[in-house]
Amino acid sequence: MKKTRHRQIATSIAVAVIVSATALGSCSTVKEYQKNKLNDGEMTLGSRKIQKTESSFQSYREGGSGANGGKTGGGCGCN
Amino acid sequence: MKKICLSVVGIFLTLFASFAQTTPKDTTEYKSRKLTFEEANLVSSYYRQDGNNAAVTGGIGSQKLSDISNTIDVKFTKWDKKDRKHSFDLEVGIDHYTSASSDQVNPQTISSASHADTRLFPSISWSVENEKKGSTFGAGISSSTEFDYQSFGVNLSFAQKTKNRSGEFSAKLQAYLDNMAYILPVELRPPGSVINEDGEGSRSDYPSKSRNSFSGSLSYSQVINQRLQIMFIADLIYQQGYLGLPFHRVYFNGATLPVVENMPDTRMKIPIGFRANYFMGDKFIIRGFYRYYSDDWGLSGHTIDLETPIKITPFLSITPFYRYYTQTAVDFFAPYDKHTAADQYYTSNYDLSKFNSNFYGAGFRITPPKGVFGVKRLNMLEMRYGHYTRTNGLSSDIISLNLKFK
Repeated sequence: MKKTRHRQIATSIAVAVIVSATALGSCSTVKEYQKNKLNDGEMTLGSRKIQKTESSFQSYREGGSGANGGKTGGGCGCN
Repeated sequence: MKKICLSVVGIFLTLFASFAQTTPKDTTEYKSRKLTFEEANLVSSYYRQDGNNAAVTGGIGSQKLSDISNTIDVKFTKWDKKDRKHSFDLEVGIDHYTSASSDQVNPQTISSASHADTRLFPSISWSVENEKKGSTFGAGISSSTEFDYQSFGVNLSFAQKTKNRSGEFSAKLQAYLDNMAYILPVELRPPGSVINEDGEGSRSDYPSKSRNSFSGSLSYSQVINQRLQIMFIADLIYQQGYLGLPFHRVYFNGATLPVVENMPDTRMKIPIGFRANYFMGDKFIIRGFYRYYSDDWGLSGHTIDLETPIKITPFLSITPFYRYYTQTAVDFFAPYDKHTAADQYYTSNYDLSKFNSNFYGAGFRITPPKGVFGVKRLNMLEMRYGHYTRTNGLSSDIISLNLKFK
């Protein structure tokens, strides 16, 4: 059981490394004046404010949470 | 409740009004050394759910619950003599829930104190950004208080941009020190337990249990080109203390009286996430998120989230979204009447069972140049509705509103 879990984590890390190497390899320098699309309010990396309550209820109703830049535990004895 | 809500709105309006007449935002090189109002956000949500696997009644029974939540955050900025930007964020949140299953903690009372609760959660954060060096340092404190639960949180963060300013590495440390009232189901309370006329005791009548959560979070974001940016996030979370809830019943096979769920007193969680946002053409944005999660209780899961904001006009966009989640059960989960006395740990909490879930809906966002409804300072209005279903029968709906003032 634990070996399977470790294998899953190793696979995820390997996939993340391959994806990042590919993505980072194709990077180009973008100057400030070229960032009008990247600076759009809906291009923000991370959850938006309106998703705050959604993220909270998902963390109560589901066993998995985190990796979204938000709270990582504590704060509520929720039902 | 009404009093608290009015007080919060009052504080918000006072703060907002007191900074409403400050110097207008400068578009020149001048940087204000005075504390300047940056923006305020009001987020309100209504959430309701129903299902038939309440943990309070041992994995059977109504999970009907509704929750109203309001959060206000106000951001101020100022520049210091060394040309560093200081940001201050004050946030106050309040939510109020009513729950059918919580009412079963003590079903002998009519509408007992446990059927509803109000939670107040203020927080303050500060950060200082050095634009020349591309670095940001931040710190924050938070608290959360409800009848049976008290939490204090602290966090520290550091971020550093790459030389060409297209990448950023950030690290964050968080700690939550929690304390909960040990409120047992009524039939398991020792004889002579103190109760008031409403059927429950006061907070000090119950013993306390502690729960601590510590986490480290690393992320790296990178601009790939003029339309695409990505981010990697990895968290390591360690929890220790009383990790169950004392009013969650478990019925052993053949037993008529329940016991309280029993969880290990430590938990290590490892979530790893990846985000990618792509601006396609002039009207479409694709926001993608994937997360793999694993912990040492035997639970692992995958989350895929896709949102596609469509810009109908430069000031109006609609956003359909879909989220898929799947998880395995923790090693010690079993339904009602299935645990045996040989089990070391036991729970019938279906939030920790094996299931898949779907969450879908849509939202819209308006940012008129002259302000929403002609109110110049009301910069943005966003609404969003989502429907959630879980393969074990739980379903819920949530509607949220975000108003941004600038």
